[in-house]
Amino acid sequence: MMRFNTLLRHPAEWMCKSGPHSDIVISSRIRLARNLCHKPFPGWSKKEDRQEVMEIIRPRVEALTEMHEAFSKDLGDLSSIQKQLLVERHLISREHAAKSNGCATVIDRPQRTSIMINEEDHLRMQTIAPGLALEETYHTLDEIDTRLGENLDYAFDRRLGYLTACPTNLGTGMRASAMVHLPALVLSEQINPVIQAVNKIGLAVRGLYGEGTEALANLFQVSNQNTLGERETEIIGRLGQVIEQIIEHERNARLKLLEEHAATIHDQVGRAYAILRHAHIISSKEALNLLSMLRLGTDLGFLREDTRPLTDLLFTEIQPAHLQISAGRKLDPEQRDLTRAEILRTRLKSLREPDMLAERPTAPETDPEDANQPET
Amino acid sequence: MKCDLCDAQATVFLTQIVDGQMQKVNLCESCSQEKGVTDPTSFPFTDLLVGLGSTKKVGSSARELSDAKNIRCPGCNFSLSDFKNVGRLGCSRCYETFASELDGLLKAMHKGTRHIGKVPNHLDEMFQLQGHIEELGLCLEKAIADENYEEAASLRDQIENAESHLTEVSKEART
Repeated sequence: MMRFNTLLRHPAEWMCKSGPHSDIVISSRIRLARNLCHKPFPGWSKKEDRQEVMEIIRPRVEALTEMHEAFSKDLGDLSSIQKQLLVERHLISREHAAKSNGCATVIDRPQRTSIMINEEDHLRMQTIAPGLALEETYHTLDEIDTRLGENLDYAFDRRLGYLTACPTNLGTGMRASAMVHLPALVLSEQINPVIQAVNKIGLAVRGLYGEGTEALANLFQVSNQNTLGERETEIIGRLGQVIEQIIEHERNARLKLLEEHAATIHDQVGRAYAILRHAHIISSKEALNLLSMLRLGTDLGFLREDTRPLTDLLFTEIQPAHLQISAGRKLDPEQRDLTRAEILRTRLKSLREPDMLAERPTAPETDPEDANQPET
Repeated sequence: MKCDLCDAQATVFLTQIVDGQMQKVNLCESCSQEKGVTDPTSFPFTDLLVGLGSTKKVGSSARELSDAKNIRCPGCNFSLSDFKNVGRLGCSRCYETFASELDGLLKAMHKGTRHIGKVPNHLDEMFQLQGHIEELGLCLEKAIADENYEEAASLRDQIENAESHLTEVSKEART
């Protein structure tokens, strides 16, 4: 069994590895919702019902080969800060973190797949991978779901598909999403038309931590809204296409900014570098937005390529629960701003100054679409 | 017109058309602010529909609703007013209990009203047989209407065969 400290010491795979289109897509995630037949949904059930569901599901989940030596905990056995840390890593939902006894989470060692028991549905499973990899991620989770389904009696209706507590998840029970970094679309004020266009075709755009959260660090989550009436692969295909279009818009916006407002970009990246390396008090919001500029600077070739994994790790490591757990004590917001600045200074200490003359094309060289893009 | 959330006068009217399907929501000033509907083109519509526990709209009249409000799910004792409060259903059987009330909501929310995606392995064969039996049934009706009694007799035998096979398969699926 993996201990919390082991999980803490190792960042989740999506936080530190790269994948296709990693310059713009941070991670891809697939989530499936499943329920057992003849048992009330967790939100409408008595404690005994939830306990019974837990006793049926948990051994099956723990027996999965992927879950060998996994992290498996009843939420009642985790402190609120520990739960918050799992939320910051996107391993459990905010809703799940609010729960305690009778609810559990099982997370595999690479922190790729996590399974929540008695969240809004009896079973919420998700797989998260770096970069744009929706199809592969779906196949991984689909296989796990198939194996669990052999031993669990899923609530399924021939006409309505997988039955879920909320009608918005009915059918496939699947939510596919990608987290994208769109600083140039934000800077050039094109982000709202893009969000509106994406909403119009039945996809949702949300902030960093899902529903109702603010878009910090120019990070956005794009996901499907419809779950009924379309095959899983169709939903993923459609979402993937839209994300590739967004990637192209962002790349074009970056090129255009460099052509027309080079000084502004140089200034933003330079300031981000200076403040992050020298600040002694910094709020989460300011730090996230500056890290976003540092990441953009890396994508544009001003900073060394290996700055990107560092900024991506810091996006998560400067969040409140990560700060407090690394400090080993509870910190009030003012203390957090001090600790955050200290961590940033330490981690970025050896980061070389951005070189604004070292411009490179924003698209990776391996991208076949390179040929269609104007040269800088 | 009244607000979909409270009984105040509605002043904010939202309409969205996705793939030719129209979705409408009417809200009063304070509810629209509470729901964060400041820019009607840039928020996910379905979030709002669920938030409303949307039983008021799409194809159900006020009288039908007052009848439906008294129904409780035999599986979990859940009612439609509970749905309006929490925006979630009580158990998987609720979908059957409140089928007619949920129909409009599902239409407004999703691309279709029929699941065409993954089916759990053990149910797959059963559903295929059920579909096959339904098709045979339609052919049978047609054969009778055409007074083609020879074919009708053969179809009836095929249906009987398929049905007994289905009984076996569903027994297996249950164990």
